[in-house]
Amino acid sequence: MTSRLNIRNCVIVVLLLALALVPVYAALSGNTFPMSFSAGVIIQAMAAVSLNLIMGFGGMVSFGHAAYLGIGGYVVGILAKEGVGSGLVQWPLALVLSGLFALSVGALSLRTRGIYFIMITLAFTQMLYYVANALDRYGGDDGLTIQRRSEFGLVDLSSRTIFYYLCLALLLVTVYVVWRLVNSRFGLVIQGARSNDRRMNAIGFPTFHYKLVCFVIAGVICGLSGVLLANHTSFISPALMHWTRSGDLIVMTVLGGMGSVFGPVFGAVAFLMLEQILPPLIRPMASLFTIATGIDVSRAPEYWQILLGPLFLLVVLFARGGIDGVLAGMRRG
Amino acid sequence: MLYFIEQCLNGVQLGMLLFLLAAGLTLIFGIMDLVNLAHGSLYMIGAYFAASFTAETGSFVVGIGLALLATLLVGIVLEIIAIRPLYGRDHLDHVLATFGLLIFFNELVRLFWGPEGRTIPLSSEMLTAVQVLPGVYYPLYRLIIILATLTVAALLYFVVMRTRLGMLIRAGASNREVVGALGVNIKLLYTLVFGLGAALAGFAGMIQAPISYVQIGMGENILILAFVVIIIGGIGSIRGAFVAALMVGLIDTIGRAFLPDLVRLFVSYSAGSSAGPALSSMIIYALMAAVLIFRPEGLFPAKK
Repeated sequence: MTSRLNIRNCVIVVLLLALALVPVYAALSGNTFPMSFSAGVIIQAMAAVSLNLIMGFGGMVSFGHAAYLGIGGYVVGILAKEGVGSGLVQWPLALVLSGLFALSVGALSLRTRGIYFIMITLAFTQMLYYVANALDRYGGDDGLTIQRRSEFGLVDLSSRTIFYYLCLALLLVTVYVVWRLVNSRFGLVIQGARSNDRRMNAIGFPTFHYKLVCFVIAGVICGLSGVLLANHTSFISPALMHWTRSGDLIVMTVLGGMGSVFGPVFGAVAFLMLEQILPPLIRPMASLFTIATGIDVSRAPEYWQILLGPLFLLVVLFARGGIDGVLAGMRRG
Repeated sequence: MLYFIEQCLNGVQLGMLLFLLAAGLTLIFGIMDLVNLAHGSLYMIGAYFAASFTAETGSFVVGIGLALLATLLVGIVLEIIAIRPLYGRDHLDHVLATFGLLIFFNELVRLFWGPEGRTIPLSSEMLTAVQVLPGVYYPLYRLIIILATLTVAALLYFVVMRTRLGMLIRAGASNREVVGALGVNIKLLYTLVFGLGAALAGFAGMIQAPISYVQIGMGENILILAFVVIIIGGIGSIRGAFVAALMVGLIDTIGRAFLPDLVRLFVSYSAGSSAGPALSSMIIYALMAAVLIFRPEGLFPAKK
């Protein structure tokens, strides 16, 4: 996030330009898939950025961050089903509830640390997951289709393009807010508490309160991401809050790099892009293999995830600092 | 009352199953300080091996024997190739890397066994109900599961408490560095413990396979329950895992059986049917949260 010209900043600019131009491409080609796909990436990047605020900067490894995706999504879905379509009601309510949930979870969880913190955040999200499963009126475990996107009077979110640019703008705002936050006095206290909680307390900072506020902010941002996700997919189900979903968010964040505010955006793009890129990459390799050995592996591209798993392992072992770390390392050459 | 006894037996059966998973998980956690999200994959792989070997040999017992060896082997190879470099790393690194392994194993199974699930058919005698108490009938196979897992638990207790290997394992759980400093081959010990954990998880998958469906991702939900068990019981404690597994098994099963009726007193019939199981699952997580808040080291801490 420095103003210097380096590889990392160039990549950021190119990535943002590419994201901004996706709707143009979609309009020219008539193919809306890239736009819908990118919107998904942007929304999940936002969730990952919020997770990074507590995990990367605050050292609070939440294994239940998907709860806020669920809260945001379910508020939109439930209100829409009950006939309250106005975004002016839906969105603030979703953010308030996300914040309240984060406040209560944080107040209880922040008394623990390390693996216990990981497990207790998981526990609260699991509880919410089962609540959603029990909501018979709202689809139970089958989920609920949302008939209409949130209504905002003049701004028509049912237009894909407007919705897309709204998501992109909100992501940029989020990154900016988080960036300002971690570089503020507040952010320095949080980072200080990550390195040495006891020392920060000793010099007079009530770190518990700082961390709790940080936890709530991250929850609210992720709640917003959930609101957008529900509007994007027009569908909510308990799967939004499944623990593997929280795992995905951790993967995106660590893959992208926890050291920087923008890292998780790289992570989300890479994580979701691999899904699109790996099969076509494997295909020619599989054909060559078939020609060379006579063994038919033409179905191999369907199994792209078999490469994805070991890739995480390699990132953990050899690319600490994730994608962002690799890009920043290039600058030093 | 009879229904209650039957549900208690079901709870014990689920509890013992959880114990098999949790025992390995808690040892791996306690000794190697490794968060292993791929433990549920070994449960799944065990079940698939059992399904294949049973189909090949025509005998479930032989199938289980072969599958046990195969899972042990997978566990040892996995430890040597992928897990070993992770020791001493951050828990977050463990979560990421083993989450990757979980995805890898799901795809590997899809590659070898195809996307559709498997079943292991049981002979009709196995499915008949036997009288366990006057008036209480219980399916023979479920009874066998309880007895088999109890035997394994006793065996595990014996190995951990009464043998030299067990002594090293316990010593490793309370202080790794000192055990290493005393000249014990820590690498080998770690590999053995991981292999043992893998075999236990695989065994759980195998014996559960005939009464549930063998499918991709079957280890994921039960893995989280196993984590709940080891947190409640205290990380590294076999005894804690045993007690907590029974608690969780009984709460889950009895809650599922009786809460719907209780809930229906207040809400409509169909709402009760779905709220009941959700409520009993929530009780389990609430219990874990309470343990973490008031007794973070678990009910039966291994250390000190």
